[in-house]
Amino acid sequence: MSALNSGLWITDPGVSATIQDLGRKGFRHQGLAVGGALDLHAFHWANRLLGNPVDAACLEILLGGFRATAQTDITVALTGADAAITVNRKQVENWQTLALKAGDELEIGHSHSGRILYLALPGGIDSPQWFGSRCVVPREQISGLSPVTTESRLMPLRLNAQAEQRVTPAGSRRDYREDLTLRVIPGYQYDHFSRDDLLRLTTRDYTVTQQSDRMGFRLDGPALGRVPPGIISEGIAPGSMQIPGDGQPIVLMSDCQTIGGYPKPGVIASVDCHRLAQRLPGQAVRFAFTDIADAQNEQRLFNRYFRARC
Amino acid sequence: MIFPVAENALLVTLADAINPQMPATLRALCERLNAQQWPWLVDLVPSYTTLLIVYDPDQLDFRQAAAAVRPFFTDTSKHTPDDDDQPLIQLPVYYSDESGPDLTSLADACGLTVDEVIAKHSGTHYQVYAMGFAPGFGFMGEVDPAIAHPRKQTPRQKVPKGSVGIANRQTAVYPVSSPGGWQLIGRCPTTLFDPEKLSLLGIGNRVQFYPVTREDFLQLGGEL
Repeated sequence: MSALNSGLWITDPGVSATIQDLGRKGFRHQGLAVGGALDLHAFHWANRLLGNPVDAACLEILLGGFRATAQTDITVALTGADAAITVNRKQVENWQTLALKAGDELEIGHSHSGRILYLALPGGIDSPQWFGSRCVVPREQISGLSPVTTESRLMPLRLNAQAEQRVTPAGSRRDYREDLTLRVIPGYQYDHFSRDDLLRLTTRDYTVTQQSDRMGFRLDGPALGRVPPGIISEGIAPGSMQIPGDGQPIVLMSDCQTIGGYPKPGVIASVDCHRLAQRLPGQAVRFAFTDIADAQNEQRLFNRYFRARC
Repeated sequence: MIFPVAENALLVTLADAINPQMPATLRALCERLNAQQWPWLVDLVPSYTTLLIVYDPDQLDFRQAAAAVRPFFTDTSKHTPDDDDQPLIQLPVYYSDESGPDLTSLADACGLTVDEVIAKHSGTHYQVYAMGFAPGFGFMGEVDPAIAHPRKQTPRQKVPKGSVGIANRQTAVYPVSSPGGWQLIGRCPTTLFDPEKLSLLGIGNRVQFYPVTREDFLQLGGEL
Protein backbone atom coordinates (compact mmCIF):
# COMPACT_ATOMS: atom_id res chain seq x y z
CA MET A 1 0.00 0.00 0.00
CA SER A 2 1.34 3.41 -0.88
CA ALA A 3 1.73 5.69 2.10
CA LEU A 4 0.12 8.41 0.03
CA ASN A 5 -3.30 6.77 0.04
CA SER A 6 -3.30 5.47 3.54
CA GLY A 7 -4.94 8.32 5.43
CA LEU A 8 -7.83 10.75 5.40
CA TRP A 9 -8.43 13.29 2.68
CA ILE A 10 -9.99 16.47 4.08
CA THR A 11 -12.81 17.85 1.96
CA ASP A 12 -13.85 20.59 4.43
CA PRO A 13 -11.79 21.61 7.46
CA GLY A 14 -14.68 23.60 8.98
CA VAL A 15 -14.04 26.77 10.97
CA SER A 16 -10.50 25.81 11.92
CA ALA A 17 -8.67 22.55 12.49
CA THR A 18 -5.07 22.21 13.65
CA ILE A 19 -2.80 19.30 14.51
CA GLN A 20 -2.07 19.31 18.25
CA ASP A 21 -0.27 17.16 20.78
CA LEU A 22 0.96 17.86 24.31
CA GLY A 23 2.78 20.99 23.07
CA ARG A 24 6.39 22.17 23.37
CA LYS A 25 8.59 21.88 26.39
CA GLY A 26 11.59 24.14 26.89
CA PHE A 27 11.16 26.68 24.07
CA ARG A 28 9.31 29.54 25.73
CA HIS A 29 12.55 31.48 26.24
CA GLN A 30 12.75 31.66 22.41
CA GLY A 31 9.37 33.40 22.35
CA LEU A 32 7.72 30.21 21.09
CA ALA A 33 4.24 29.51 22.46
CA VAL A 34 3.63 26.30 24.41
CA GLY A 35 0.86 25.19 22.03
CA GLY A 36 -0.81 21.80 22.36
CA ALA A 37 -4.34 20.47 22.74
CA LEU A 38 -6.67 22.78 24.68
CA ASP A 39 -8.82 20.04 26.19
CA LEU A 40 -6.43 17.30 27.28
CA HIS A 41 -9.29 15.21 28.68
CA ALA A 42 -10.93 14.63 25.29
CA PHE A 43 -7.50 14.56 23.61
CA HIS A 44 -6.21 11.76 25.84
CA TRP A 45 -9.40 9.77 25.36
CA ALA A 46 -9.11 9.97 21.57
CA ASN A 47 -5.60 8.50 21.73
CA ARG A 48 -6.51 5.93 24.35
CA LEU A 49 -9.36 4.55 22.25
CA LEU A 50 -6.80 3.66 19.57
CA GLY A 51 -4.09 2.52 22.00
CA ASN A 52 -1.89 5.39 20.84
CA PRO A 53 1.10 6.82 22.73
CA VAL A 54 -0.01 9.46 25.23
CA ASP A 55 1.63 12.27 23.23
CA ALA A 56 0.38 11.18 19.78
CA ALA A 57 -0.83 14.10 17.64
CA CYS A 58 -4.57 14.43 16.95
CA LEU A 59 -6.56 16.84 14.82
CA GLU A 60 -8.22 19.50 17.00
CA ILE A 61 -11.43 20.46 15.22
CA LEU A 62 -13.00 23.72 16.28
CA LEU A 63 -16.83 23.90 16.27
CA GLY A 64 -17.26 21.02 13.77
CA GLY A 65 -18.39 21.55 10.19
CA PHE A 66 -15.69 19.11 9.10
CA ARG A 67 -15.65 16.53 6.30
CA ALA A 68 -13.06 13.98 5.23
CA THR A 69 -12.86 10.86 3.07
CA ALA A 70 -10.99 7.70 4.04
CA GLN A 71 -8.45 6.72 1.39
CA THR A 72 -8.05 3.24 2.80
CA ASP A 73 -9.59 1.02 5.45
CA ILE A 74 -8.67 2.83 8.65
CA THR A 75 -9.95 2.93 12.22
CA VAL A 76 -10.07 6.41 13.74
CA ALA A 77 -11.43 7.75 17.03
CA LEU A 78 -13.51 10.84 17.81
CA THR A 79 -14.08 12.53 21.16
CA GLY A 80 -15.13 15.93 22.50
CA ALA A 81 -17.94 18.32 21.61
CA ASP A 82 -21.43 17.05 20.85
CA ALA A 83 -22.17 17.28 17.15
CA ALA A 84 -24.02 15.19 14.59
CA ILE A 85 -21.43 12.72 13.25
CA THR A 86 -22.15 10.64 10.17
CA VAL A 87 -20.31 8.08 8.08
CA ASN A 88 -21.77 7.99 4.57
CA ARG A 89 -24.66 10.05 5.97
CA LYS A 90 -25.49 7.41 8.54
CA GLN A 91 -25.40 8.68 12.10
CA VAL A 92 -22.69 7.32 14.41
CA GLU A 93 -21.78 8.02 18.03
CA ASN A 94 -19.03 10.26 19.38
CA TRP A 95 -16.50 9.03 22.01
CA GLN A 96 -15.66 5.82 20.21
CA THR A 97 -13.58 4.24 17.46
CA LEU A 98 -14.93 4.33 13.91
CA ALA A 99 -13.85 1.61 11.49
CA LEU A 100 -13.86 3.41 8.14
CA LYS A 101 -13.65 1.64 4.78
CA ALA A 102 -11.81 3.11 1.83
CA GLY A 103 -14.06 5.75 0.29
CA ASP A 104 -16.17 6.29 3.41
CA GLU A 105 -17.10 9.89 4.05
CA LEU A 106 -16.86 11.14 7.63
CA GLU A 107 -18.87 14.26 8.37
CA ILE A 108 -19.04 16.24 11.60
CA GLY A 109 -21.86 18.78 11.94
CA HIS A 110 -21.62 22.00 13.89
CA SER A 111 -21.17 21.44 17.60
CA HIS A 112 -24.16 22.26 19.79
CA SER A 113 -22.53 21.53 23.13
CA GLY A 114 -18.80 21.90 23.52
CA ARG A 115 -16.35 23.66 21.23
CA ILE A 116 -13.66 21.16 20.29
CA LEU A 117 -13.52 17.63 18.85
CA TYR A 118 -10.44 15.45 18.61
CA LEU A 119 -9.88 13.10 15.71
CA ALA A 120 -7.21 10.48 16.40
CA LEU A 121 -5.52 8.30 13.78
CA PRO A 122 -3.69 5.00 14.45
CA GLY A 123 -0.34 5.72 16.08
CA GLY A 124 -1.02 9.45 15.85
CA ILE A 125 -0.97 11.85 12.90
CA ASP A 126 2.25 12.04 10.94
CA SER A 127 3.15 15.72 10.42
CA PRO A 128 6.18 18.03 10.62
CA GLN A 129 7.87 17.97 13.99
CA TRP A 130 9.48 21.13 15.31
CA PHE A 131 10.63 21.99 18.82
CA GLY A 132 9.84 18.50 20.08
CA SER A 133 6.20 18.70 19.06
CA ARG A 134 3.84 18.54 16.10
CA CYS A 135 1.60 21.31 17.47
CA VAL A 136 0.55 24.10 15.12
CA VAL A 137 0.51 27.74 16.30
CA PRO A 138 -0.72 29.63 13.21
CA ARG A 139 0.30 33.16 14.32
CA GLU A 140 3.98 32.09 14.46
CA GLN A 141 3.97 31.53 10.67
CA ILE A 142 6.47 28.69 10.80
CA SER A 143 6.69 26.93 7.47
CA GLY A 144 4.76 23.65 7.46
CA LEU A 145 2.85 24.50 10.63
CA SER A 146 -0.49 25.79 9.38
CA PRO A 147 -4.10 24.81 9.99
CA VAL A 148 -5.30 22.00 7.71
CA THR A 149 -7.10 23.05 4.54
CA THR A 150 -9.38 21.48 1.97
CA GLU A 151 -7.35 18.74 0.23
CA SER A 152 -4.96 18.32 3.18
CA ARG A 153 -4.16 14.69 3.84
CA LEU A 154 -3.91 13.30 7.34
CA MET A 155 -1.49 10.39 7.51
CA PRO A 156 -1.39 7.86 10.35
CA LEU A 157 1.92 6.76 11.85
CA ARG A 158 0.65 3.17 12.05
CA LEU A 159 -1.54 1.10 9.79
CA ASN A 160 -4.44 -0.65 11.46
CA ALA A 161 -7.27 -1.51 9.16
CA GLN A 162 -8.94 -3.70 11.77
CA ALA A 163 -8.62 -2.18 15.21
CA GLU A 164 -10.59 -3.23 18.24
CA GLN A 165 -13.88 -1.39 18.71
CA ARG A 166 -13.59 0.75 21.85
CA VAL A 167 -15.91 3.22 23.55
CA THR A 168 -15.30 5.79 26.28
CA PRO A 169 -17.49 4.75 29.26
CA ALA A 170 -20.43 7.12 29.75
CA GLY A 171 -19.18 8.15 33.19
CA SER A 172 -15.87 9.32 31.73
CA ARG A 173 -17.41 11.55 29.06
CA ARG A 174 -18.04 15.15 29.93
CA ASP A 175 -21.17 17.22 29.76
CA TYR A 176 -20.07 20.62 28.49
CA ARG A 177 -23.33 22.23 29.62
CA GLU A 178 -22.86 21.53 33.30
CA ASP A 179 -22.00 24.34 35.73
CA LEU A 180 -18.32 25.16 35.76
CA THR A 181 -16.28 26.68 38.55
CA LEU A 182 -12.71 27.49 37.54
CA ARG A 183 -10.20 27.13 40.34
CA VAL A 184 -7.64 29.93 40.45
CA ILE A 185 -4.15 29.54 41.94
CA PRO A 186 -3.48 32.96 43.49
CA GLY A 187 -0.25 34.61 42.37
CA TYR A 188 1.81 37.31 44.01
CA GLN A 189 -0.33 40.03 42.42
CA TYR A 190 -3.42 38.71 44.24
CA ASP A 191 -2.62 41.30 46.91
CA HIS A 192 -2.70 44.11 44.34
CA PHE A 193 -6.45 43.63 43.86
CA SER A 194 -9.06 45.12 46.19
CA ARG A 195 -11.11 42.92 48.52
CA ASP A 196 -14.26 44.05 46.71
CA ASP A 197 -12.93 43.04 43.33
CA LEU A 198 -11.78 39.61 44.56
CA LEU A 199 -15.21 39.10 46.11
CA ARG A 200 -16.89 40.15 42.86
CA LEU A 201 -14.70 37.75 40.91
CA THR A 202 -15.60 34.77 43.10
CA THR A 203 -19.33 35.35 43.58
CA ARG A 204 -20.63 36.42 40.17
CA ASP A 205 -21.08 34.74 36.80
CA TYR A 206 -18.70 35.52 33.93
CA THR A 207 -19.75 34.68 30.39
CA VAL A 208 -17.56 33.30 27.60
CA THR A 209 -17.52 35.82 24.71
CA GLN A 210 -17.02 35.48 20.95
CA GLN A 211 -13.47 36.80 21.42
CA SER A 212 -12.20 33.40 22.50
CA ASP A 213 -9.61 31.38 20.65
CA ARG A 214 -6.49 29.27 21.15
CA MET A 215 -4.63 32.33 22.50
CA GLY A 216 -7.15 33.28 25.15
CA PHE A 217 -10.77 33.41 26.26
CA ARG A 218 -12.23 36.83 26.91
CA LEU A 219 -14.94 36.73 29.56
CA ASP A 220 -17.67 39.23 30.30
CA GLY A 221 -19.24 39.96 33.66
CA PRO A 222 -19.21 42.54 36.44
CA ALA A 223 -16.09 44.58 35.66
CA LEU A 224 -13.44 44.87 38.33
CA GLY A 225 -13.61 48.39 39.72
CA ARG A 226 -10.00 49.04 40.70
CA VAL A 227 -7.67 47.40 38.21
CA PRO A 228 -4.06 47.63 39.43
CA PRO A 229 -1.55 49.29 37.08
CA GLY A 230 0.32 47.17 34.56
CA ILE A 231 3.45 45.35 35.70
CA ILE A 232 6.87 45.03 34.12
CA SER A 233 6.39 42.26 31.52
CA GLU A 234 7.16 38.87 33.01
CA GLY A 235 6.99 35.23 31.95
CA ILE A 236 3.35 34.13 31.94
CA ALA A 237 1.73 30.71 32.00
CA PRO A 238 -1.19 29.40 29.95
CA GLY A 239 -4.18 29.62 32.29
CA SER A 240 -3.19 33.10 33.52
CA MET A 241 -6.17 35.31 34.31
CA GLN A 242 -5.24 38.75 33.00
CA ILE A 243 -7.24 41.84 33.91
CA PRO A 244 -6.81 44.59 31.30
CA GLY A 245 -8.00 48.17 31.85
CA ASP A 246 -11.66 47.39 31.13
CA GLY A 247 -11.76 45.14 34.20
CA GLN A 248 -12.97 42.05 32.27
CA PRO A 249 -10.90 38.87 32.72
CA ILE A 250 -9.03 37.17 29.89
CA VAL A 251 -7.92 33.58 30.50
CA LEU A 252 -4.84 32.74 28.45
CA MET A 253 -4.77 29.47 26.54
CA SER A 254 -2.07 27.24 24.97
CA ASP A 255 -1.10 29.63 22.14
CA CYS A 256 -0.66 32.67 24.41
CA GLN A 257 2.42 34.88 24.32
CA THR A 258 5.30 33.93 26.58
CA ILE A 259 5.57 37.23 28.49
CA GLY A 260 3.00 39.85 29.39
CA GLY A 261 2.39 42.91 31.53
CA TYR A 262 -1.29 42.85 32.46
CA PRO A 263 -2.01 42.43 36.17
CA LYS A 264 -3.34 38.99 37.10
CA PRO A 265 -4.88 37.72 40.34
CA GLY A 266 -3.85 34.17 39.52
CA VAL A 267 -3.72 31.23 37.12
CA ILE A 268 -6.57 28.80 36.35
CA ALA A 269 -5.77 25.19 37.30
CA SER A 270 -4.85 23.34 34.12
CA VAL A 271 -7.49 20.63 34.61
CA ASP A 272 -10.09 23.42 34.68
CA CYS A 273 -8.63 25.12 31.58
CA HIS A 274 -9.53 21.92 29.72
CA ARG A 275 -13.13 22.39 30.77
CA LEU A 276 -13.17 26.11 29.95
CA ALA A 277 -11.81 25.37 26.47
CA GLN A 278 -15.02 23.45 25.69
CA ARG A 279 -17.36 26.30 26.67
CA LEU A 280 -19.17 28.17 23.90
CA PRO A 281 -19.91 31.91 23.76
CA GLY A 282 -22.76 32.74 26.13
CA GLN A 283 -21.97 30.02 28.64
CA ALA A 284 -21.30 31.19 32.21
CA VAL A 285 -18.44 30.20 34.47
CA ARG A 286 -17.51 31.05 38.05
CA PHE A 287 -14.18 31.41 39.79
CA ALA A 288 -12.96 30.09 43.15
CA PHE A 289 -9.50 30.41 44.64
CA THR A 290 -7.56 27.23 45.39
CA ASP A 291 -3.94 26.68 46.34
CA ILE A 292 -0.88 25.44 44.51
CA ALA A 293 -0.62 22.16 46.45
CA ASP A 294 -4.20 21.14 45.66
CA ALA A 295 -3.83 22.13 42.02
CA GLN A 296 -0.58 20.16 41.67
CA ASN A 297 -2.20 17.08 43.20
CA GLU A 298 -5.17 17.34 40.86
CA GLN A 299 -2.89 17.57 37.87
CA ARG A 300 -0.81 14.58 39.01
CA LEU A 301 -3.97 12.49 39.39
CA PHE A 302 -5.11 13.55 35.94
CA ASN A 303 -1.73 12.68 34.38
CA ARG A 304 -1.56 9.36 36.23
CA TYR A 305 -5.04 8.37 35.09
CA PHE A 306 -4.16 8.74 31.42
CA ARG A 307 -0.52 7.73 31.46
CA ALA A 308 -1.04 4.52 33.42
CA ARG A 309 -3.60 3.03 31.06
CA CYS A 310 -2.57 4.07 27.61
CA MET B 1 11.35 36.38 46.17
CA ILE B 2 9.91 33.10 44.87
CA PHE B 3 6.19 32.73 44.15
CA PRO B 4 3.98 29.93 42.80
CA VAL B 5 2.48 30.68 39.36
CA ALA B 6 0.94 27.52 37.92
CA GLU B 7 1.16 23.76 38.61
CA ASN B 8 4.33 23.70 36.56
CA ALA B 9 5.82 27.14 37.07
CA LEU B 10 7.21 29.48 39.69
CA LEU B 11 8.36 33.09 39.39
CA VAL B 12 11.49 34.61 40.89
CA THR B 13 11.42 38.40 41.22
CA LEU B 14 14.86 40.02 41.27
CA ALA B 15 14.34 43.79 41.21
CA ASP B 16 11.58 46.37 41.58
CA ALA B 17 12.58 48.39 38.55
CA ILE B 18 14.21 47.78 35.17
CA ASN B 19 17.95 48.37 35.33
CA PRO B 20 20.79 47.80 32.86
CA GLN B 21 22.48 45.17 35.05
CA MET B 22 19.51 42.80 34.87
CA PRO B 23 19.94 41.28 31.38
CA ALA B 24 23.46 40.05 32.14
CA THR B 25 22.46 38.87 35.62
CA LEU B 26 19.49 36.95 34.22
CA ARG B 27 21.62 35.44 31.49
CA ALA B 28 24.22 34.27 34.01
CA LEU B 29 21.53 32.84 36.29
CA CYS B 30 19.99 30.89 33.40
CA GLU B 31 23.39 29.48 32.48
CA ARG B 32 24.05 28.36 36.05
CA LEU B 33 20.59 26.83 36.50
CA ASN B 34 20.78 25.03 33.16
CA ALA B 35 24.21 23.68 34.11
CA GLN B 36 22.62 21.77 37.01
CA GLN B 37 20.95 19.50 34.43
CA TRP B 38 18.02 18.88 36.74
CA PRO B 39 15.74 16.33 35.03
CA TRP B 40 12.69 18.23 36.28
CA LEU B 41 13.71 21.63 34.87
CA VAL B 42 11.69 22.31 31.71
CA ASP B 43 12.33 25.96 30.79
CA LEU B 44 13.66 29.29 32.03
CA VAL B 45 11.88 32.44 30.83
CA PRO B 46 13.78 35.58 31.86
CA SER B 47 12.13 38.97 31.36
CA TYR B 48 13.44 42.38 32.56
CA THR B 49 13.40 41.77 36.33
CA THR B 50 11.97 38.27 36.71
CA LEU B 51 12.66 34.65 35.89
CA LEU B 52 9.81 32.22 35.24
CA ILE B 53 10.99 28.69 36.03
CA VAL B 54 8.99 25.90 34.37
CA TYR B 55 9.30 22.47 35.98
CA ASP B 56 7.71 19.04 35.86
CA PRO B 57 5.17 18.75 38.70
CA ASP B 58 5.08 14.97 38.26
CA GLN B 59 8.63 14.91 39.66
CA LEU B 60 8.48 17.51 42.43
CA ASP B 61 6.14 20.06 43.95
CA PHE B 62 6.36 23.83 44.35
CA ARG B 63 8.12 23.73 47.73
CA GLN B 64 10.74 21.32 46.49
CA ALA B 65 11.36 23.28 43.29
CA ALA B 66 11.60 26.54 45.24
CA ALA B 67 14.05 24.98 47.69
CA ALA B 68 16.24 23.70 44.84
CA VAL B 69 16.52 27.07 43.07
CA ARG B 70 16.58 29.38 46.11
CA PRO B 71 20.37 29.14 46.78
CA PHE B 72 21.05 30.57 43.31
CA PHE B 73 19.17 33.77 44.12
CA THR B 74 20.53 34.58 47.56
CA ASP B 75 23.29 36.75 46.15
CA THR B 76 22.71 37.54 42.51
CA SER B 77 25.56 40.07 42.40
CA LYS B 78 28.07 37.25 42.10
CA HIS B 79 26.34 36.08 38.91
CA THR B 80 26.98 39.33 37.11
CA PRO B 81 29.47 38.61 34.36
CA ASP B 82 31.62 41.04 32.47
CA ASP B 83 29.57 42.82 29.83
CA ASP B 84 32.32 42.27 27.31
CA ASP B 85 31.65 38.50 27.47
CA GLN B 86 28.79 39.10 25.11
CA PRO B 87 29.56 39.54 21.42
CA LEU B 88 28.07 42.58 19.72
CA ILE B 89 25.41 41.46 17.23
CA GLN B 90 25.22 43.92 14.33
CA LEU B 91 21.93 44.30 12.50
CA PRO B 92 21.62 46.22 9.22
CA VAL B 93 18.65 48.59 8.88
CA TYR B 94 17.29 50.34 5.82
CA TYR B 95 15.95 53.53 7.41
CA SER B 96 13.49 55.32 5.11
CA ASP B 97 9.89 56.44 4.74
CA GLU B 98 9.37 53.51 2.41
CA SER B 99 10.52 50.93 4.98
CA GLY B 100 9.65 52.87 8.14
CA PRO B 101 6.34 54.73 7.73
CA ASP B 102 6.71 56.52 11.09
CA LEU B 103 10.29 57.76 10.57
CA THR B 104 9.43 61.29 9.49
CA SER B 105 6.59 61.80 11.95
CA LEU B 106 8.78 60.52 14.79
CA ALA B 107 11.57 62.90 13.77
CA ASP B 108 9.09 65.81 13.64
CA ALA B 109 7.61 64.90 17.02
CA CYS B 110 11.10 64.75 18.56
CA GLY B 111 12.20 68.00 16.92
CA LEU B 112 15.03 66.26 15.05
CA THR B 113 15.93 65.64 11.44
CA VAL B 114 15.54 62.14 10.01
CA ASP B 115 19.32 61.84 9.84
CA GLU B 116 19.60 62.70 13.52
CA VAL B 117 17.05 60.02 14.42
CA ILE B 118 19.00 57.47 12.37
CA ALA B 119 22.29 58.53 13.98
CA LYS B 120 20.84 58.23 17.47
CA HIS B 121 19.13 54.88 16.82
CA SER B 122 22.22 53.33 15.25
CA GLY B 123 24.67 55.01 17.62
CA THR B 124 23.58 53.13 20.74
CA HIS B 125 24.64 49.73 22.03
CA TYR B 126 21.49 47.94 23.14
CA GLN B 127 20.91 44.95 25.36
CA VAL B 128 18.18 42.34 25.02
CA TYR B 129 16.03 42.71 28.15
CA ALA B 130 13.41 40.09 27.26
CA MET B 131 12.29 37.72 24.52
CA GLY B 132 8.60 37.35 23.74
CA PHE B 133 5.59 38.56 21.73
CA ALA B 134 6.66 36.30 18.83
CA PRO B 135 9.44 33.73 18.23
CA GLY B 136 12.75 35.61 17.99
CA PHE B 137 11.31 38.98 19.09
CA GLY B 138 13.83 40.67 21.41
CA PHE B 139 12.89 43.69 23.52
CA MET B 140 15.99 45.89 23.40
CA GLY B 141 16.95 48.95 25.39
CA GLU B 142 17.58 51.60 26.10
CA VAL B 143 16.74 53.97 23.28
CA ASP B 144 18.25 57.48 23.47
CA PRO B 145 15.64 59.61 25.32
CA ALA B 146 15.74 62.12 22.44
CA ILE B 147 14.05 59.60 20.10
CA ALA B 148 11.96 57.73 22.68
CA HIS B 149 8.34 57.85 21.55
CA PRO B 150 5.20 56.10 22.80
CA ARG B 151 3.39 53.37 20.84
CA LYS B 152 0.82 54.41 18.27
CA GLN B 153 -2.67 55.09 19.62
CA THR B 154 -4.15 52.53 17.27
CA PRO B 155 -1.95 49.51 16.53
CA ARG B 156 -1.46 48.53 12.89
CA GLN B 157 -3.26 45.38 11.76
CA LYS B 158 -0.15 44.29 9.91
CA VAL B 159 3.42 45.29 10.61
CA PRO B 160 5.66 43.87 7.86
CA LYS B 161 8.33 41.29 8.65
CA GLY B 162 11.67 42.88 9.53
CA SER B 163 10.18 46.19 10.66
CA VAL B 164 12.30 48.06 13.20
CA GLY B 165 10.24 49.86 15.80
CA ILE B 166 10.51 52.14 18.79
CA ALA B 167 8.18 52.04 21.82
CA ASN B 168 9.22 54.48 24.54
CA ARG B 169 12.81 53.56 25.40
CA GLN B 170 12.66 50.15 23.75
CA THR B 171 13.44 49.06 20.23
CA ALA B 172 12.86 45.77 18.41
CA VAL B 173 12.69 44.02 15.06
CA TYR B 174 9.48 42.18 14.11
CA PRO B 175 10.66 38.66 13.08
CA VAL B 176 7.41 37.93 11.19
CA SER B 177 4.55 40.14 10.08
CA SER B 178 2.03 40.63 12.84
CA PRO B 179 -0.25 43.26 14.34
CA GLY B 180 1.73 45.84 16.31
CA GLY B 181 1.75 49.36 17.69
CA TRP B 182 5.43 50.35 17.66
CA GLN B 183 6.68 53.41 15.74
CA LEU B 184 8.27 51.97 12.59
CA ILE B 185 11.49 53.65 11.45
CA GLY B 186 13.08 51.11 9.10
CA ARG B 187 13.45 47.50 8.14
CA CYS B 188 16.09 44.84 8.87
CA PRO B 189 16.78 42.06 6.34
CA THR B 190 18.33 39.67 8.88
CA THR B 191 16.44 36.47 9.76
CA LEU B 192 15.71 36.68 13.48
CA PHE B 193 14.08 33.31 13.91
CA ASP B 194 14.87 30.12 12.04
CA PRO B 195 13.24 26.82 13.12
CA GLU B 196 16.62 25.03 12.79
CA LYS B 197 18.89 27.63 14.35
CA LEU B 198 16.24 29.13 16.64
CA SER B 199 16.42 32.75 17.77
CA LEU B 200 19.34 34.95 16.75
CA LEU B 201 18.85 37.05 19.88
CA GLY B 202 18.85 35.96 23.51
CA ILE B 203 18.57 37.70 26.85
CA GLY B 204 21.68 39.70 27.69
CA ASN B 205 22.95 39.87 24.10
CA ARG B 206 24.37 43.21 23.01
CA VAL B 207 23.06 44.61 19.72
CA GLN B 208 23.88 47.54 17.47
CA PHE B 209 22.06 48.65 14.32
CA TYR B 210 23.84 50.12 11.30
CA PRO B 211 22.27 51.96 8.34
CA VAL B 212 22.32 50.34 4.89
CA THR B 213 21.10 51.54 1.50
CA ARG B 214 18.01 50.28 -0.27
CA GLU B 215 20.23 48.23 -2.63
CA ASP B 216 22.15 46.63 0.24
CA PHE B 217 18.90 45.90 2.07
CA LEU B 218 17.47 44.08 -0.97
CA GLN B 219 20.74 42.27 -1.61
CA LEU B 220 20.79 41.04 2.00
CA GLY B 221 17.38 39.45 1.39
CA GLY B 222 15.16 42.25 2.66
CA GLU B 223 11.62 42.55 1.33
CA LEU B 224 9.72 45.75 0.58
